Amino acid sequence: MFTDATILFQIAGIGIIVALIHTILKQMGKEEIAQFATLLGFIIVLVIVINGLDDLFQQIKSVFLFQG
Amino acid sequence: MDIIQIVLLGIIASILYIVLKDIHASFAFFLILITGIIIFLAIIQQIGTILTLIQSLGDKANVEGMYMETILKIIGIAYIAELGASLTKDAGLTSVATKIEMAGKIFILLLAVPIITAVIESILSFLPTT
Repeated sequence: MFTDATILFQIAGIGIIVALIHTILKQMGKEEIAQFATLLGFIIVLVIVINGLDDLFQQIKSVFLFQG
Repeated sequence: MDIIQIVLLGIIASILYIVLKDIHASFAFFLILITGIIIFLAIIQQIGTILTLIQSLGDKANVEGMYMETILKIIGIAYIAELGASLTKDAGLTSVATKIEMAGKIFILLLAVPIITAVIESILSFLPTT
């Protein structure tokens, strides 16, 4: 199962868009909402990455006979 | 040609990292992390094939199953520790990376304790007891 580079572009795109939203909201003078937007984007990316990490660890466990 | 795909993936990840680093550093770190995960996932299937080969060779040579299992576990610990250490090093935490490497070494030594005891016992049985 070879995953393609889509997930990389997803993360990079989310990062750029979140930075954009942050800048715009800051310009509008809504500091707190800007912080929340950044936090939300961070959490979304974190979920994606944690899914991948879980997949990797399950694979390693099954390949290297880790029963525990 | 999986290797071309992996190399291109690395190049794309580097370009995106350079773009994203100045904008938002934490997302850039996630980018590194997911790149490492993808490449590891790509190679772990091949590692599984190689390990089944090693295991069948060991069965043919009548190596005790416990020893082969220990060796496989040691290789797995080495891979995971390497992944974590290089990741933390990329994030700029060299001291934590050193500690992760040390923990990996300790756990490998812990797994190797039965083998070392067996070796020492067989050496001791060769020595003449006076």
